Amino acid sequence: MALLLSVLEQGMIYGILALGVYITYKILDFPDLTVDGSFPFGAALTVRLISDLGVPAILTLPIAFLGGALVGMCTGLIHVKLKVRDLLSGIIMMTGLYTVNLWGAGTGYVPIFNKESIFDNQVLNSIFPSFLTNFKNVIIIFVITMIAKYLLDWYMSTKSGFLLRAVGDNDTIVTSLGVDKGLVKIVGLSIANGLVSLSGCIYAQQQRCFEISIGTGAVVIGLASVIIGTSLFKKITFFRVTASVIIGSILYKACVALAMFAGIDANAIKLITAVLFLIILVISMDRKKVKSC
Amino acid sequence: MLELVHISKNYNPGSVNELCLFKDFNFKVNDGDFVSVVGSNGSGKTSMLNIICGSIDVDGGKILINGQDISRQKDFVRQRRIGRVYQDPSKGTCPAMTILENMSLAENKGKPYNLGRGVNKARIEGYREMLRPLNLGLEDKMGVQVGSLSGGQRQALALLMATMTPIDFLILDEHTAALDPKTAEIIMELTDRVVKEKGVTTIMVTHNLRYAVEYGNRLIMMHEGNVILDKAGEEKRTVNTEEIMGIFNRISVECGN
Repeated sequence: MALLLSVLEQGMIYGILALGVYITYKILDFPDLTVDGSFPFGAALTVRLISDLGVPAILTLPIAFLGGALVGMCTGLIHVKLKVRDLLSGIIMMTGLYTVNLWGAGTGYVPIFNKESIFDNQVLNSIFPSFLTNFKNVIIIFVITMIAKYLLDWYMSTKSGFLLRAVGDNDTIVTSLGVDKGLVKIVGLSIANGLVSLSGCIYAQQQRCFEISIGTGAVVIGLASVIIGTSLFKKITFFRVTASVIIGSILYKACVALAMFAGIDANAIKLITAVLFLIILVISMDRKKVKSC
Repeated sequence: MLELVHISKNYNPGSVNELCLFKDFNFKVNDGDFVSVVGSNGSGKTSMLNIICGSIDVDGGKILINGQDISRQKDFVRQRRIGRVYQDPSKGTCPAMTILENMSLAENKGKPYNLGRGVNKARIEGYREMLRPLNLGLEDKMGVQVGSLSGGQRQALALLMATMTPIDFLILDEHTAALDPKTAEIIMELTDRVVKEKGVTTIMVTHNLRYAVEYGNRLIMMHEGNVILDKAGEEKRTVNTEEIMGIFNRISVECGN
């Protein structure tokens, strides 16, 4: 039971990250490595806000989103205005953010065990029914993830969202419509990294600490979730693609948990992450080939 | 009125591959003109369109619209008053979006792309009415992704999308070249109808000499960055394909192809 809850919690937290990766990877067709920096950026910002500045926990969510959006905007500006290649723009930002995150949090490991968080604060504790205490975290994460999902769904159905979809699809037409395609890309990267940073913010509060190493491989986890979600639920129109991506993330976390449960060394987790991603990638490519024949 | 004045353009300046395409190139299009442009490969037809649309920069000269120089304007700013249809049918539409979404996008051109709803449901019937005269059955496929349509269907949609909003110029860049003869004919007839209906000033580059002779009220032939033939009005009406073909062959022989 504890294992299942932990899979659900982590799966949904990383689901928000996967929504961000979905925007860059699938919609913008932009391999954005900024994610490895913007995920711990959200976490670092959060522990700083909570432990040093005493900001109410609920406010860390929008602040982390905006902070991440700013980071994404920088990646976009480097790519669009300075004309640096997409992959390199992300690598530059990711590398730079490592230091920014260390400065922001103070050190590479910052615990926030005895502080208030979105999962543990006076207001919440007084209204939350006691028989649901075991499910408190999972319910809160579910609510936040759903809000993020529906907001993204809504944005994608607006005129601005249409442009975002168009720019990844065929950027010539965005120019034909009289719109600066560079600006649209910057907006897309901002929203994507905002979501990633929000995910880092929730992760830090769930783990009750900040750790500099959480960023390593974040983009791989996001990509794996997106690919599992989009290729597994391609035929099912019942789910919107955003829901498939979140479910993909939960399935991915379940796979990792199973591997750990089977007794694989905890130090091997990044290796498992990489190998699992490779397997998923190869399987999803095979499916494509069969179809095109 | 569109004027290209003293345009010069070099490709790969400073290298051994340096190519001087335009040197003091001048060209004028009057309002309401439908100009067909013919010429061999490398004669500068598509480059001229790209210069007008801002897809490539000029080294010197001015591009005037009603006397206003737009040569320093960014491509997306210029294209607010220009509709363009490309040779490649996939360039004028978004393949992963539906017909309805594509038309909604196109109809919003010139207005802000804000957080308003992307699709206005009240307009669906209006879009159907626009698609019906094409006789391609697109009006029953509003929810279908454009990527799954045929090249001809996509090009018809692209033409419709390019002319949905008020524009000053319509630029057609060999827009029938990638289509089979029958579909090309349909698209050409549609083009003529749209141009006449909207009265929009049109520049059409084509390799099909018959289309160039049959459609439009002015025909020009380009060769090595110059206009070598310019027939308008009565002269244009009496010109025939053989005559154009003859001139075309002569200049082609001269440059060895």
